[in-house]
Amino acid sequence: MGIYLPIAEISVNVFVLLAMGAAVGFLSGLFGVGGGFLITPLLIFYNIPPAIAVATGANQVIASSFSGALSHMKRGTLDFKLGFVLLAGGIVGSTAGVYVFSVLRSLGQLDLFISLLYVVLLGSVGGLMLFESVNALRASRSGAAPTLKKSGQHNWIHRLPLKMRFRTSKLFVSVIPVLALGAAIGFLSSIMGVGGGFIMVPALIYLLRVPTNVVVGTSLFQIIFTSGYTTLIHASTNYTVDIMLALLLMIGGVAGAQYGAKAGQKLRGEQLRALLALLVLAVAIRLAVDLFVTPPNLYSLSTPGLS
Amino acid sequence: MARIWGLVAILLFACPAFAQSPHVENIQIGLSTDSVAITAGFAGADLTIFGSLEDADPQVSRQGRYDVIVVLEGPARPVVVRRKDRVLGVWMNLESEQFENVPVSYSVATTRAFQDITEPNSYKQLSLGASNIYMQPADRSQNPFTIATFTKALRERKTAIGLYSENVGGVRFLSQNLFRATVRLAPDVPVGTHKARAFLFKNGMFVKESSAQLEIHKSGFEQAIFRLAHNHGFAYGLMSIGLAMVTGWLGRIVFRRD
Repeated sequence: MGIYLPIAEISVNVFVLLAMGAAVGFLSGLFGVGGGFLITPLLIFYNIPPAIAVATGANQVIASSFSGALSHMKRGTLDFKLGFVLLAGGIVGSTAGVYVFSVLRSLGQLDLFISLLYVVLLGSVGGLMLFESVNALRASRSGAAPTLKKSGQHNWIHRLPLKMRFRTSKLFVSVIPVLALGAAIGFLSSIMGVGGGFIMVPALIYLLRVPTNVVVGTSLFQIIFTSGYTTLIHASTNYTVDIMLALLLMIGGVAGAQYGAKAGQKLRGEQLRALLALLVLAVAIRLAVDLFVTPPNLYSLSTPGLS
Repeated sequence: MARIWGLVAILLFACPAFAQSPHVENIQIGLSTDSVAITAGFAGADLTIFGSLEDADPQVSRQGRYDVIVVLEGPARPVVVRRKDRVLGVWMNLESEQFENVPVSYSVATTRAFQDITEPNSYKQLSLGASNIYMQPADRSQNPFTIATFTKALRERKTAIGLYSENVGGVRFLSQNLFRATVRLAPDVPVGTHKARAFLFKNGMFVKESSAQLEIHKSGFEQAIFRLAHNHGFAYGLMSIGLAMVTGWLGRIVFRRD
């Protein structure tokens, strides 16, 4: 069944989009990430113009993060104060990101920049996670208890000034790295159409030493706002949010996420991380291949100024 | 320029045609509708255009020496053509060329293969056919070779994505005077005013042209969304966010598995 997308101005198959949303939703529920890093490249593979894929991806991420954040709020694993500080940085980052996005688009380098960012970020995050999880798997096989968090040990981040207390996270840390992290995620969110969960989660755990149970909820909470802000800015400056496309992805996504979350309970933490790492790496390799292999069409058409 | 050439062509070819026979053929086309609405289910369509010959010579008609070419030309818009080149092993957009007033879509239907209707030269004079549309570069001072390469690429890309199409045999005579043309509307046909033109050829000579206009627009709902997104971007953004939150909340209730 075909459906005409009013903003993308093309006709697409409803079931392909629902399935795409469901598959990504399942994975996002399984791994506790927003899934934006999967949906945006998938949309681009499906011939949705990259500018629309990015903005609509951000919109879709709101639905899955909101749904996830709700359940974390009920369980009390959401640090509102930390979330709001991350958010303050996020707003600055998003605004800069949308500006860079428009400039790159008018230069015709947007696609390249998005692909490069994906390859570099997904490649490094995926690689690090795979390394860490394979080590953890080996350690658990040989009988030793996995040691993810080395508590009591402090790094340079904890020596910065302007300290602030975050009660839920049992944290006393400078606001500078928190704001910077928020800004970086906001920037990526507006350029890549991702929530940034796949960077935020490891950064909060490894850099700020936030307790793991609070990390996912807090990350989802701030992602709602960063993606929301990104959606708003893209909608009012680039007109690239396709609400029909977003709705189809969301419906598939929220359904898939609940099943994914259930399936996730059957797997062990390090197994989950290893699988997620492989998935992230696979996306990075697929995008890297496109950068280096001779494209089937050397020429592309675009409308000056707009999309 | 194209119009002047068309006039010259009529003057040149109409005279000998007149001398041979007393018939002064005329061609008329009519569209069953003057507007097409793109609805949610739109996945491309075939547009049928009916037309008639007036004062046709029955003998020429019997011999099948009348040919008709029907063109549906979309609104003209500027286009940037970019070429990817390798930089340090990575393919990136380097050179680009902007063209003004390029028809977004161009569908042609003919009675027979192009080369069987008339000579390449008269197509050029009429600027008829996707390969004969004049693409005006925004910067004319550039290397003509570069412009030619990009013009060719522009046509090829448009053809590859189905916006420029040819339907040989898409025009059929239903009777001596009546014909029916089928032109393809691509799934991503641009909205706006399209121009339908019919060209009549007799014994390989251009005789007459007739045209009609067709408005292609998005249907009520799609149009409303598009307008809202473009005129009230901020409100539209808020609406998108609201929709996402409601879907996320409902999804948790409906599909809850924990």
